[in-house]
Amino acid sequence: MRTTITVNGEARSLDLDPRTTLLDFLREKVALTGTKKGCDHGQCGACTVLVNGVRINACLSLAVMHDGDEVTTIEGLGAPEALHPMQQAFLTHDAFQCGYCTPGQICSAVGVLAEIKADIPSHAGDVGAQARLTADEVRERMSGNICRCSAYPQIVDAILDAAGNLP
Amino acid sequence: MKPFTYERASDAKAAVQAAVETPGARFIAGGTNLLDLMKLEIEQPQHLIDVGRLPMATIEDTADGGLRIGAMASNTKVAADARVRSRYRVLSQAIVSGASGQLRNKASTGGNLLQRTRCPYFYDTSKPCNKRQPGAGCAALEGHIRESAILGASRACIAVHPSDMAVALVALDASVETLTPSGETRSFPLMELHRLPGETPHLETHLIPGELITAVVLPPLPEGGQQYRKARDRASYATAHASVAVVGGRIALGGLAHKPWRAADAEAALASGATAEEAMGVELKDATLRDENAFKVPLATRLVAATLREAAQ
Repeated sequence: MRTTITVNGEARSLDLDPRTTLLDFLREKVALTGTKKGCDHGQCGACTVLVNGVRINACLSLAVMHDGDEVTTIEGLGAPEALHPMQQAFLTHDAFQCGYCTPGQICSAVGVLAEIKADIPSHAGDVGAQARLTADEVRERMSGNICRCSAYPQIVDAILDAAGNLP
Repeated sequence: MKPFTYERASDAKAAVQAAVETPGARFIAGGTNLLDLMKLEIEQPQHLIDVGRLPMATIEDTADGGLRIGAMASNTKVAADARVRSRYRVLSQAIVSGASGQLRNKASTGGNLLQRTRCPYFYDTSKPCNKRQPGAGCAALEGHIRESAILGASRACIAVHPSDMAVALVALDASVETLTPSGETRSFPLMELHRLPGETPHLETHLIPGELITAVVLPPLPEGGQQYRKARDRASYATAHASVAVVGGRIALGGLAHKPWRAADAEAALASGATAEEAMGVELKDATLRDENAFKVPLATRLVAATLREAAQ
């Protein structure tokens, strides 16, 4: 099935088996292996990417459902010589050990900051009040991203720092 | 995943028509639950009709002062809507207490209602399950499962409905709008959408095959306080062992039954002066308990008491 998805600014048009997930499309068809396959069932968040600026699990979406969409992966956020502020913050705070969950953590974190800016509420706060960026909010909003090395304290610091909000 | 064909629906009527005419067809919106189950081959649709981009994602005021939520509105969009947050805060609270940010961004309102149970024996294809294969038996009955139903369960199925959103919607007395295979619009109370398992737990709703949920409609702002509370094993990203939505004098319970449970007996008892504990004693008098889920009785009772107090503040 002919499908065109813009990945990191570049239009990619391919004939796809409808079974191809967005995750497999990115990794196997477009050879962008920064996005990781962890559980492949939406439980770990390693496959998190931004679709039209919004974070989703790439494993729980079919590529054909994204015809015409714009996807940003970890490779599109920054480059080794020009890191995205969130990538730099993860380095600064040593916010990983093995690094496997990190691309998903970083894409998710970029999505979280956009969601707070857009005043999307979370379970950590009062839904009637303006969304705020606090450590508790970051922990709640990042709960869909699992880190088996348990770098959580550093991840929270990195996200607060990238937002210019480190105490 | 088993092979399937795929089409993107051009409009709602065409989608319903295709669903009726194509063997093994299923609607897909966000897909976050359906694709998970397709990977495990628990769901094996032969054809997917993508309704995710149909123009049914708006949230609009109704003439009588309520709110009409398009079935394709994402869970995030509903939870973040200023009118929902100010007038129907229990709905926003329930939505953000479920799933993860990534899933809420993708999952639709209609799909949330139709998501399937997280019973581990439903997911374990090496074990019999009457939901997966009618008449196969229920491994959960002899298994180890804390998250099973205590209300309305049957010998065929003890699974619970996993939605938080639906519990708040029942307490809000919401209704569902659909497009039927004959092309008509119908509307009915959301409380009547889901079935109890009985002998046919594979039938989970009263929708007609091919019928498409197009909207959820909230009645005008109800009187009284609102509050949603959820008890679970983790602080975030886990389904409820018990949850409670209070809207004025109405109470709905989650995590206890095959459907979001309207606690009408408890409501009546409270209205005639009973304490929360007494009211829940009445509501749970016919609860079917197992060693591993009996904890849900004191849990739900205390949760209701606490939620009523908070809603009244």
